[in-house]
Amino acid sequence: MIGAGSPVTTGVRGVLARHPAWSRFLDRAARPLEFLLKKPIFGCQMCGQCTLHETGLTCPMGCPKTLRNGPCGGVRLDGRCEVVPEMACVWVKVERRARFLPWRGAILRIQPALDWTQRGHSSWINALKGTAREARP
Amino acid sequence: MIAPPQAATRRLEEAFASIRPVLTCEIAAGDSPDPSGLLKRAALVRDHVDAVNVPDNTAGIAHMSGLAAAAILASAGIEPILHVTCRDVNRIGLQSLLVGAAALKVRNLLCLTGDHMAHGDQPQAKPVFDLDSLQLLRLAGTVRSGRYLSGRPIVPAPDLFCGTTENPFAPPYEFRPLRLRKKIEAGARFVQTQIVYNLPRFREFMTRVTDLGLDRQAPILAGVSPLRSARAARHMRERIPGMDVPEAIVRRMDGAGPDRGRAEQEGLAICLEILEELRTIPGLRGFHLMPIHWEEAVPEIVSRARLRETRTVPPLPAATRFQEASA
Repeated sequence: MIGAGSPVTTGVRGVLARHPAWSRFLDRAARPLEFLLKKPIFGCQMCGQCTLHETGLTCPMGCPKTLRNGPCGGVRLDGRCEVVPEMACVWVKVERRARFLPWRGAILRIQPALDWTQRGHSSWINALKGTAREARP
Repeated sequence: MIAPPQAATRRLEEAFASIRPVLTCEIAAGDSPDPSGLLKRAALVRDHVDAVNVPDNTAGIAHMSGLAAAAILASAGIEPILHVTCRDVNRIGLQSLLVGAAALKVRNLLCLTGDHMAHGDQPQAKPVFDLDSLQLLRLAGTVRSGRYLSGRPIVPAPDLFCGTTENPFAPPYEFRPLRLRKKIEAGARFVQTQIVYNLPRFREFMTRVTDLGLDRQAPILAGVSPLRSARAARHMRERIPGMDVPEAIVRRMDGAGPDRGRAEQEGLAICLEILEELRTIPGLRGFHLMPIHWEEAVPEIVSRARLRETRTVPPLPAATRFQEASA
């Protein structure tokens, strides 16, 4: 019903594409909401391209290398971060939490590189708009 | 000064297709603008290995550019493997680096995320990490297909041979083989692992890797490094994140006493024992030697472990086994 390619999504996408002012307004309205909700729970950094659902409900932007595709080779033997020893490795948490999710296989999907023009924007509205995933490795 | 040879050599890829065990060795690019030190180190190992790795500012400590060092090796007739990391440059810089490497006849690239500079000598620097190793591998795939990310054509398409690394010794252990599979999906065509000291852990990793069939998709070289002193062993264990040096090995190095010669002999003996054990592990295509400023040890390791003799080969080369599996 609201998945990619469904009539509703395509319709909304079309409307937002025709009226950039509306989409700007929605983005500005959604930004504080999204931030207030996700910052305390997930430590959201407003990258504008949320992958929480595919990274075990753990924000990969908390990783000092902002790794979206898996842990680096520097994880300490006790599972802590090589850069911030007080912190557990984000990907150790991702892997542990993903086990409890019905869609646990999502962490095996290759995540594209961040689009830095979307930083600070609402990832909800970006998802609605279907921000282009092309031209990103 | 550098006169590039007519065409990039493909000796590494050819070695993977041969029936011999494949050997690579990592040497430091060095701090000096005078390439004689680099060439001297390379000369110590060149006749004993198939290709020489040149790291990219390891641990975030500035050295001579890896690309320059790799180009110097290529022009001296030595097959280089250039480490490309995402720590210091963004995707624009990486694309230009890939095309530049191809122009300088540096064909083999090891695509890495890169060490964080937190443990280097300039932790104040801005970490870039615009891409990670997987995205870098995919970027290299785009460049190889003759396009920049934007779609602008690159003529002719650069001929690159991209590999990657995996560290079986860092948590989360169950995810490591899956991450390697992701990297191979992203375009890695060979794999070099972190230095093996913890054999049981490595065996577990390789079992999972062979179960997933990854060794048939990309040849895997196990990382091996001779310890030079008990201090070096302790330093690795305590200061280098992602290194797993078991207590037993540190104790053996301690047991060799303070005498440098004896410690080195013990280090070599441990290294040879590890190589002997690694040979019994299915799925390995060869070894990646990391002598860490001890290049003199490489010829001795290669000859004493008889790494260059055909009869020590793991059962069949990865390429042949892949054809068998798909037949």
